[in-house]
Amino acid sequence: MSDEANKGLNSPLRRKLLMGMAALPAITMLPRTSFAQAPATSVVNTTGLAVTDTEVTVGILHSVTGTMAISETGSVEAEKLAIEQINASGGVLGRKIKFIQEDGASDWPTFAEKAKKLLVNDKCAAVMGCWTSASRKAVLPVFEQYNGMLYYPTFYEGLEQSKNVIYTGQEATQQIIAGLDWVNKTKGAKTFYLLGSDYIWPRTSNKIARKHIEGHLQGAKVVGEEYFPLGHTQFNSVINKIKLTKPDVIYAIIVGGSNVAFYKQLKAAGIDLSKQTLLTISVTEDEIDGIGGENIAGAFACMKYFQSLDNANNKAFVSAFKKMWGEKTVIGDVTQAAYLGPWLWKLTVEKAGSFDIDKVAAASPGVEFKGAPEGYVRIHENHHLWSKTRVGKAKADGQYELVYETADLVEPDPFPKGYQ
Amino acid sequence: MINARFFNRSELIGFLALAVLLFVILPLSLDIFRLNLVAKYLTYAFVGIGLVICWGYGGILSLGQGVFFGLGGYCMAMYLKLEASSVENTKIQSTPGIPDFMDWNQLTALPFFWKPFHSFPLTLVAILLVPGIFALIIGAAMFKRRVGGVYFAIITQAIAAILTILIIGQQGYTGGVNGITDLRTLHGWDIRTDHAKFILYFVEVVLLFACVIAAQFIRLTKLGRILVAMREQEDRVRFSGYSVANFKIFAFCAAAIFAAIGGAMFTLEVGFMSPSFVGIVPSIEMVIYTAVGGRMSIFGAVWGSLLVNFAKTSLSESFPQLWLFGLGALFIAVVLAFPNGLSGIWADYVQPRVDRLFGSRKSGWNDNSVADGAPAE
Amino acid sequence: MFGDYSLGDLGAIFAMQGFAGLILFSVYVLMALGLAIIFGQMGVINMAHGEFMILGAYVTWMTSNAVQQFAPWLFPGYFFIAMTLAFIASGALGMLVEWAMIRHLYKRPLDTLLATWGLSLILQQAYRSVFGAREVGVELPEWMMGSWQATDSIQIPINGMFVMALTILITIAVAYVLFWSSWGKQVRAVVQNRVMAGAVGINTEKVDRYTFGLGCGIAGVAGSAFTMIGSTGPTAGQLYIVDTFLVVVFGGAASLFGTIASAFSISQTQSTLEFFLSGSMAKVITLLTIVAILMVRPQGLFALKVRK
Repeated sequence: MSDEANKGLNSPLRRKLLMGMAALPAITMLPRTSFAQAPATSVVNTTGLAVTDTEVTVGILHSVTGTMAISETGSVEAEKLAIEQINASGGVLGRKIKFIQEDGASDWPTFAEKAKKLLVNDKCAAVMGCWTSASRKAVLPVFEQYNGMLYYPTFYEGLEQSKNVIYTGQEATQQIIAGLDWVNKTKGAKTFYLLGSDYIWPRTSNKIARKHIEGHLQGAKVVGEEYFPLGHTQFNSVINKIKLTKPDVIYAIIVGGSNVAFYKQLKAAGIDLSKQTLLTISVTEDEIDGIGGENIAGAFACMKYFQSLDNANNKAFVSAFKKMWGEKTVIGDVTQAAYLGPWLWKLTVEKAGSFDIDKVAAASPGVEFKGAPEGYVRIHENHHLWSKTRVGKAKADGQYELVYETADLVEPDPFPKGYQ
Repeated sequence: MINARFFNRSELIGFLALAVLLFVILPLSLDIFRLNLVAKYLTYAFVGIGLVICWGYGGILSLGQGVFFGLGGYCMAMYLKLEASSVENTKIQSTPGIPDFMDWNQLTALPFFWKPFHSFPLTLVAILLVPGIFALIIGAAMFKRRVGGVYFAIITQAIAAILTILIIGQQGYTGGVNGITDLRTLHGWDIRTDHAKFILYFVEVVLLFACVIAAQFIRLTKLGRILVAMREQEDRVRFSGYSVANFKIFAFCAAAIFAAIGGAMFTLEVGFMSPSFVGIVPSIEMVIYTAVGGRMSIFGAVWGSLLVNFAKTSLSESFPQLWLFGLGALFIAVVLAFPNGLSGIWADYVQPRVDRLFGSRKSGWNDNSVADGAPAE
Repeated sequence: MFGDYSLGDLGAIFAMQGFAGLILFSVYVLMALGLAIIFGQMGVINMAHGEFMILGAYVTWMTSNAVQQFAPWLFPGYFFIAMTLAFIASGALGMLVEWAMIRHLYKRPLDTLLATWGLSLILQQAYRSVFGAREVGVELPEWMMGSWQATDSIQIPINGMFVMALTILITIAVAYVLFWSSWGKQVRAVVQNRVMAGAVGINTEKVDRYTFGLGCGIAGVAGSAFTMIGSTGPTAGQLYIVDTFLVVVFGGAASLFGTIASAFSISQTQSTLEFFLSGSMAKVITLLTIVAILMVRPQGLFALKVRK
């Protein structure tokens, strides 16, 4: 499958085009439909979605207020960028995308309420949105009941699969196992200390990590596992415990503002990340912005995307993103995954030749997106993405330096056997 | 004990106006989506009515009503979740027949405290009793020791914080931060359909009016007068031989039970329950709804819940980034300029005109003269 | 769990653990001092206290950026400038809020709670609109990072010591102002009997305004100090508010000494429990213990007057 990924990337003409139209990473791969040739609305929309002869409405549903606004802002920006680029390249089936943005306000019922509004009142053909697991769990029944299409960008705990959701982030096994294997092989790590914020994603991820460490890594063991309430800011006690147990690897899945406190205190307590291996799956470039690069330099992160990835797609994406949202913005894993949402939807709709939810859902498996900043991705039968897993090393300037990537795409496995 | 008239005239008008609005106008004019939203707003009105009794009349400000709202909601959610996790629905799990989040957390058997929620009647009892008993324990511990005012408010707040952390931390038993989701049927009846939402709305409105009447009853009996007396001069009531603590406990428990009914209805209307309704922020917001409506007025609490939530939804639809400014300003304005909320505005500005219009000269002692005193401290 | 470790290791860990408790103690005292003044001395429940802290944090962040840009040579010492500015900014905003809002509510303490909650919503959104929804990272001068190697195995975080020193300084300053300065006597006179204080010629309005301003200013300094150990975002202030209130109430509202004693006992309990249990459970047990003790002893640890 990795061969496919590289197809076309070598063409010099393509490369030139890409560079020339920095804002349109995927343009050359897509047939440019002019508005006049657009298929009739009655054909492509048989279920009464908000599709006219010139426009199609999608929803954007993220928190722009409340505690989660910190994280979700990047996703909103990426989705708007993707929509603008799609419109500039001719839209979807000849129709421009119009978006309706709703605020989930970091409150799960509000997410459910707004999702229902987007589906029932606004008849959105697709919704890009949600960030936390809790918000996704809250909207999932709504999407299933009213038959909508959700593109969900965050890496998450797995244990879920729905006809109505495309998961553009990685599920837990994709993100975790490759990273653990790598740290075991290259660093000879045998002892692991698992840390996490106290909710389902870190707990499930650590459960998978523990099973993998104890079951699949020779002689490796978990020497500690701890959880902290969301928003916790005092980590000195656990840092002392880490000093006492001297694990080879600190495996940290701390989210949100707690991260800032954790890494600052880790550094202040004299734990030097250039000597102590720390592997995280929750700190993207976005978080580093708040933590401060100098506080986390030397830590390793395992995810599928880093802003520093060296490929033409990504360079075009990064420069387009900065052009739209400012030089200072950073792009993390989830932001990139959010950017995939509108594109994957467009490609799927064009493959299905219809906006109808059922047809889009059915056409999704096998849809390929070669213009993805992370490189080639493809939708699996289980509506997750085949994607590579990468390990990056944090630098003081807030960027990751790629140190490892899997040779092949990693298969998504939301219900992993032997890890439950 | 009860006045010759259960409602005085203006209250009767208020009652009828609300009944017409909720039973006729809204169901006829709104589509099912908006009607369901109204139903969601009204679940807070239950909490508001409880707060009128315990805060407006009794002078006990609880910042932990979310705890009772949540307990009621969780009881209902546990029942619905068990029904949704029948063995055939959960075949793919390693232990079929238990809720999915338990399976994810390696639980292999249903915890004992979930077992009673297999039965619907027991669930209904639990919805009223669990929060009631919890309130009784807190109330007895605090009021017997004469903790009051600000201290009580802060301690209830701490309890809300504790319960939230506990629910989130024990996710194998509670569903954690996601809450209990994906609820489908009530006694075999699909609660997700439009038809069910329509019926549930009316069930809720009927329950709401039952609570309004119950609250009105409490207010009009001697009990209500003692509550007011206690708020104004606690020591004098105590010296007159009343057990102040017991009356406070009663008011607090009543408020808790009202809140729990609201919580249970919330679970039915929205289809899930999560710890985000138990914490400090929702608890304070519920107090704010009541304050906006008027802490002295039972109808005010209903109107307050409706209007603030309506404003919240519509402001956040049109100006997602700015609605907090409006909401914050509203709180400050209500507290500074209209301490008796909307009902105060009504009583001060609109009511006199209406009275003049009808030539009514009824003045002197009626129940409002007791109620419209200085705001509670 | 200690079987595998040498005595020296254990000694070092316990020393560091004791220090962790002391840092937490300093954090609690810093958070609670401003509130103890406002709540204890004035009876005002300031739910926006956390937002005043975050204002101090943002001021620190802006100072850091400005200094880096315009006067890089000043950077090693910028933190002291930042703290002064944070005190002034938060204090000034506090006085403005007192003038516009709080002074109308002195007779209704529970209403101050609602109004300041509204204020906190507005401030949060204001931060979000001005500084963006994302967290900002405050860069520290090199000397404030890292740790001091006391012995081979004992490392003490420098920023922790900085916070502790700051706490001690501010506590002494506050104690001096409240108990020995003539202004402090006026404040206490107003607290004890507002009418009489007014009658003997104390300008009670002015005293109120400056007291509130002082409390908020200290919150600003606390926020500035917390940029070293925590995060700075629009909603970060909310994280602190419950803990802070509990510290103040547990200590006995009107007693500064009580606030310090309660901060000490809570922080030691929590950091010890955290060492033996998971962070979540430690927090639950600590809070539960506080509530249980408060039920038995509602006036708090050290109360000047009992009951209303």
